Amino acid sequence: MNRVAVTGLGLVCGLGNNVAECWNKLASGICGILPLSDPGSPPYKFARGAQANAFEPLDYFTEKDLLLLERFAQLAAVAAREAVAQSGLTFAGELADRSAVITGSSIGGQFSEEDGYIRLYREKNPRIAPLTIPRTMSNAGASRISLEFGIHGPVYTVSTACSSSNHALGQAFSLVRGGQAIAAIAGGSEAVFAEGLLRAWEAMRVVSPDVCRPFSVDRRGLSLGEGAGMLVLENWDHAEARGIPILGEIIGFGMSSDAHHITQPCVDGPAKSMQWALKDAGLAAERVDYINAHGTGTQANDLIESQAIRLIFGAHADRLPVSSTKSMHGHTLGAAGAIEAIATLLTLRNGIIPPTVNFTSADPGCALDVVPNKARPATLQFALSNTFAFGGLNASLVFQR
Amino acid sequence: MSEQPATADLGTRVMEVIAKTQRIALESISIDSTFEQLKIDSLDGINIVFALENEFGINIPDEGVQSMRSIGETVEGVRKLLALKAVESEDRPV
Repeated sequence: MNRVAVTGLGLVCGLGNNVAECWNKLASGICGILPLSDPGSPPYKFARGAQANAFEPLDYFTEKDLLLLERFAQLAAVAAREAVAQSGLTFAGELADRSAVITGSSIGGQFSEEDGYIRLYREKNPRIAPLTIPRTMSNAGASRISLEFGIHGPVYTVSTACSSSNHALGQAFSLVRGGQAIAAIAGGSEAVFAEGLLRAWEAMRVVSPDVCRPFSVDRRGLSLGEGAGMLVLENWDHAEARGIPILGEIIGFGMSSDAHHITQPCVDGPAKSMQWALKDAGLAAERVDYINAHGTGTQANDLIESQAIRLIFGAHADRLPVSSTKSMHGHTLGAAGAIEAIATLLTLRNGIIPPTVNFTSADPGCALDVVPNKARPATLQFALSNTFAFGGLNASLVFQR
Repeated sequence: MSEQPATADLGTRVMEVIAKTQRIALESISIDSTFEQLKIDSLDGINIVFALENEFGINIPDEGVQSMRSIGETVEGVRKLLALKAVESEDRPV
């Protein structure tokens, strides 16, 4: 079993176009959930979202590149570029053959699909844009990253709704730990601000009319966000031999399925996910210094997650800071795990716990230290990051500073 | 009588479509250019065929696509399909 180092991070979301911009806002408690650039007609029942409005595709791609790349794939590639640049890796020879790219995406390329339906069903025009298939495929981001960096090892995409990128990171972690890969670019991306998708979320009645307020008694739902997070995972000895800075370590991964209900959460599944992750890491629950919660801001999630944390951590939960950075970058669905993995690693590395913003008053059902509204300095060694998905699929990662 | 564009005009229109689709300058294309010279691959070809069909209101059959490997061949193919279209519309009973 190899140790798994993190040697590169890349991030694009509603808070900024790179890790530094996003971290500065996370560490300052700045909320990126802002009025939608297109409020819909008739207006959506939610007025806000965390859109990556500063992301200008032509700053990163040629017009011809963009013919083949939907927004979710663009975001994935740009985050991967930042992560790879930081890692200092160049993929050639054996490293190219034995490196992996594993991405998560819940919905893939939604815009071309919707454009196609408009032509087909509204305009009665059977001629669909010819590159719709390669644009919409969920692995478009992973394949683009593989092409850009010349990576020839395992390349694939995991789609498990809001757990997609934690599952992707867990897979990459297993490959590097088990020796099947020397390095992996892993994470996820999502571009959710497509009209049809927004109407579908509206119909689900789980989106907050203003901002999400995780763990607050008056929380009214999640806030959607778009973005991408990518991490370079690398065989520890390989990273150490290169003499580059190691940003942190992944030490455990756990997953579970509720097998309970397609959308209603239950305590057991999330609890098991955290329990298996800790067992995998060989870490006692009392050693965990911080949890980056799934914390969507829906009534059900935050209540159940609080109960699951209480179940696993017992009295230690009284002293355990738990925050939801979704209160700042929104719920980025298939990118959530990756963006939050980066937030968790930087929390350990920088000794600053990003807060749960938009918090108004405590919910007795969520009796945790949720680091309300204000970032907090702390000395931390171990942290856990949760994702729980529709479909009852849970995945947790454990990080060490 | 249908309007039959002169081959020169037709060539320009085809090259304009290709320049636009490929995001390249019109001046970089000549009637003698091959797709290989212009770095047009099979995926680009699909886009170009789609754009030509829209531009000229024609239907380019799959076997026709395979015989288009240069600007000249493409212009010739489009010219034939336009001629066929003109004949078909004249034949149509009133």
